[in-house]
Amino acid sequence: MTTIEKDRTTATPAVGSQADAANGRPEVVTKAITRLIDVPSPRTPSGSIRVALITLDNGRDHTRPNTLGPLGLASLDAAITSAVEAGPDAIAVTGKPFIFAVGADLSQIGSFTGRETAEEIGALGQRVFRRLSRSAIPTFAFVNGAAMGGGLELALHCEYRTLASNAAMLSLPEVFLGVLPGWGGTQLLPRIAGPDNAVTVIVENALNQNRAMKPKDALRLGVVDVVLDAADYLEQSLAWLAGVLDGSVTVARTEFGGAGDEEWAAALERGKLIADMRTHGHARSPYRALELIELSRTSDLDTGLAAERAVLTDLVMSQEFRAGIYAFNLVQRRARKPAGAPDPSLARPVSKVGVIGAGLMASQLALLFARQLHVPVVITDVDQARLDKGVAAVQREIDKLKGKGRISSDEVNRLTALVTGSLDYAAFSDADFVVEAVFEKLDVKKQVFAELEKHVRADCVLATNTSSLSVSAMAGDLLHPERVVGFHFFNPVAVMPLLEIIRAENTDDATLATAFALAKPLKKGPILVKDATGFAFNRLLIRFTGEILTSIDEGTPPDVADGALEPLGLPMSPLMLVQLTGPEVGLHVAETLHDSFGDRFPVSENLRRIVEAGHRTLLAWDEQGRQILDPEVAAIWQLGDRPSTAEQVRERALRALAEEARLILDEGVVADAADLDLAVITGGGWPFWLGGITPYLDREGVSERAVGRRFAPPGVATLPA
Amino acid sequence: MATAAPPRPTAPDAGPARTLRDVVFVEGVRTPFGKADEKGQYADTRADDLVVKVIRELLRRQPGLPPERIDEVAIAATTQTGDQGLTIGRTAAILAGLPRSVPGFAIDRMCAGAMTAVTTVASGIAVGAYDAAIAGGVEHMGHHPIGEGSDPNPRFVADRLVDPSALNMGATAENLHDRYPHLTRQRADAFAAASQEKYAKALANGKITPDLVPVATRSVELGWGLAGSDEMARPGTTLEALATLRTPFRPHGRVTAGNSSGLSDGATGCLLVSSDVAAELGLPVRMRMIGYAFAGVDPETMGTGPIPSTEKALAKAGLTIQDIGLIEINEAFAVQVLAFTDHFGLADDDERVNPYGGAIAMGHPLASSGVRLMTQLARQFGERPDVRYGITTMCVGLGMGGTVIWENPLYGSDSEASSDTEGSDSADGTDVDHDTTGSTL
Repeated sequence: MTTIEKDRTTATPAVGSQADAANGRPEVVTKAITRLIDVPSPRTPSGSIRVALITLDNGRDHTRPNTLGPLGLASLDAAITSAVEAGPDAIAVTGKPFIFAVGADLSQIGSFTGRETAEEIGALGQRVFRRLSRSAIPTFAFVNGAAMGGGLELALHCEYRTLASNAAMLSLPEVFLGVLPGWGGTQLLPRIAGPDNAVTVIVENALNQNRAMKPKDALRLGVVDVVLDAADYLEQSLAWLAGVLDGSVTVARTEFGGAGDEEWAAALERGKLIADMRTHGHARSPYRALELIELSRTSDLDTGLAAERAVLTDLVMSQEFRAGIYAFNLVQRRARKPAGAPDPSLARPVSKVGVIGAGLMASQLALLFARQLHVPVVITDVDQARLDKGVAAVQREIDKLKGKGRISSDEVNRLTALVTGSLDYAAFSDADFVVEAVFEKLDVKKQVFAELEKHVRADCVLATNTSSLSVSAMAGDLLHPERVVGFHFFNPVAVMPLLEIIRAENTDDATLATAFALAKPLKKGPILVKDATGFAFNRLLIRFTGEILTSIDEGTPPDVADGALEPLGLPMSPLMLVQLTGPEVGLHVAETLHDSFGDRFPVSENLRRIVEAGHRTLLAWDEQGRQILDPEVAAIWQLGDRPSTAEQVRERALRALAEEARLILDEGVVADAADLDLAVITGGGWPFWLGGITPYLDREGVSERAVGRRFAPPGVATLPA
Repeated sequence: MATAAPPRPTAPDAGPARTLRDVVFVEGVRTPFGKADEKGQYADTRADDLVVKVIRELLRRQPGLPPERIDEVAIAATTQTGDQGLTIGRTAAILAGLPRSVPGFAIDRMCAGAMTAVTTVASGIAVGAYDAAIAGGVEHMGHHPIGEGSDPNPRFVADRLVDPSALNMGATAENLHDRYPHLTRQRADAFAAASQEKYAKALANGKITPDLVPVATRSVELGWGLAGSDEMARPGTTLEALATLRTPFRPHGRVTAGNSSGLSDGATGCLLVSSDVAAELGLPVRMRMIGYAFAGVDPETMGTGPIPSTEKALAKAGLTIQDIGLIEINEAFAVQVLAFTDHFGLADDDERVNPYGGAIAMGHPLASSGVRLMTQLARQFGERPDVRYGITTMCVGLGMGGTVIWENPLYGSDSEASSDTEGSDSADGTDVDHDTTGSTL
């Protein structure tokens, strides 16, 4: 299951919030300043060479990276003019500390209402950058820090590139967001680094959750000519420049990496395979990017750039890009500043954690708390054997982390010492936060909390990781129900960023604030959910997979039903989702939801039979490697006589999603459709080009067909009307 | 320390015999010096970064020295807070990318900080504790005005331990004029003008730039720049112009901005190793340390410090001033240099003194200056095989002086410049061999 790994996307293109763009927030202008400097050059007769060094600096610190909007590009244009007019031996471009430039202000672009504006920004960037690639004076990019999107393209327009060894983020993330590098990236990178490396950077990395290059990757891929130590990066870049000019440094580079027909074909084929695998053919941007990479081989640069510009305009004016920008903002902003969280100052410090239960979930939780909070974690279970097993499981995971080189041996010792087991609840007497992950039965959980309350302090938070039970009911008989909160993780706990924090009837603000305060160090993006069966994410997903199971039960061939959602490009098919959750768990949750909500959540008799037959998986692969229903499972599955077409199944499943999302919102389970979108992105890995799900339902008209109205007006996460 | 150090006679049970080792100066570099104000070239550049550039340049110029062989990084700063704080010898070593196994410390003897860094690690080398060490200093006087954050004990004044003027360096220079009435303002101005002239000539003749490491300078307004030269010098300074300057430390006084060193920013560093390690690694030996001494004087006339420290160092080495062919003396104030030359019977314009000019022209970033003197003396040794001994000396606030005596390994050889020094000329490629000005001869 794909996930949005936040640390990978942290510094992706500077994007303002929707609100900012809508308010016409003024551009934070990156000024370009030209300064003439003399660089010692022993082999030059005059002893030095003159460099026009252009510094990009928006006057803010590194937390507000340099971006290039119309005013910034105008400033760069003027800086290039003064550089050229000075008649230097070379022109070089560099950034402010830690940042080169991270490209266009995408939120601005994402709010363009007309093609002309989109066209203009593409043309402006190309025209200004092109002055560098056309320059008769040698041009150098000193990439001193983060360079993404248009920032990296600016560097590609220069003849030579040095890179600082500490540069944090280097990428062309455009395809990830539904557009493509439109300031020359698709035309220049193949020329500089060869088609295969261009495919890696423009398509593969972008679609791999926007993976950034490390400096050594950039060097290996030929994106830069040399990596220089951060300690005296600019001085050594200037010395390197002098070496290039006096001939003592030579840069070996063959146009297109010397690729012949075979390499070209292989590179493009690889790109297509990656795009198919990641988007199932349903995102346009990677395919358009591949076409443009291919074009670069046969077309001169200016023709190629014109083509790139036209495609960029099309994509900027696409629903996918609008959804992509919206999704990006959710992951970057809403996940970090969760809506509805109480005043953080109410949060109580957590310096010791208890975990009740020693099963798989419990040991995952214990490791997560120990590793991310570095506080003592006590696990407990009903008997010594299970407890030992649970502690041993944590230890195994710690050793695995060491084996992968993720943690030092000191850290192994520290974590090992932090995680202990106890059969006695007295071990929780000084805990600040106890989370239970015991068997999913209300009376069992109530018992656990009642017993726990005899031992813990009155202000110790009691959290439950239940996925379907009522948190309020669990707290009902306690002396202090106000300190109970739902803390719902998703499997695998270490990887999935989604965390549903459930406010029960009596949960007080301090408890809720403590739960939210934990999310950040645990590296989770929480959403606030009201105590309702299935909460938000599972309720949406079970409703949706339920429609698929029902369609099969009714007689739709399993492959037709399971493949019906293909056009969305979800990371996995509905049956795969059921298989991954586990048929037994899936059945149990469906039953719980059915009890609460009735026939919207049917319980598939076939699924029950499959579970009773002891099947833990549903799927198999045929000789061609295609995913099919496991023949043994298929044998049990009793199909009805009312088959549907794929289209009918899709409409039905999407309508169900729209209906359930609307109900979740109307019931106030979450505050905003944005929370549902964030949940399916971070909990389910649903693609950016759907914007989670509600922008897709809006733009396809499903919302209006299903519930009579959209989730958001046109222009928010979708193209304007 | 160097020449007459036979193994200590030891009783059978007194442990292993010790041999003192020769300490040699292999390489020295500095940043260009900048004006210590908000318009200076380092206004927005960190002090510790200046040290980092120096350390990396030392290593670049001496690729024969494996970084893990460095046993110490001693960096001086007078004010050890902010970007000069946090044990700058250690932090700069880490920032420069030296192996973590290389230790470092911060050291302070006000203006003689870098000199004391050198004598301290040299003593460690001599006794066998270190094989190789980096010693240097930094002062970003723009970020750290002299005396910043200090809280002098009230007893200094209440108990008349020192006169209040002892804490103001300009005032101590005026006091020096009082003590030596024949050292007039005019003589001080003449010395200052000569310093500017000698520096301008040395710069033109390629004697200065080869010892500099260019530093990238940050400026939000101007963009990145590259500091490649000293910013303080005022070539063409005339006696007439100097005579018009006001005397900020005393009405109708004698000490002016023109006959003093200016407030400046900069860093220096050098590489010292034991002579056997230099031989093992094939490192060039540019100077051999003969000995050193520090001495205390009246804080109110701290400028006399170099006199007793030099007497002391010469006496310990069994040398006299007549044996010294080159003198690099820090020009905190012209009058303080004149007090020194006057004492030793040297002319105001003795050609042995500061042949490249001095701090009056270049600037004096307090704790860094000591190593600048040594780096320049090493270059002069390379050009002057006829000179056997030279000294580096300086006055120190609160009444001290420091002197280090060096021997020229080229002494007695035929060539004008040893191949040993060529490696250090790579910064701008100026080839000393082909320099025919002979201005210092």
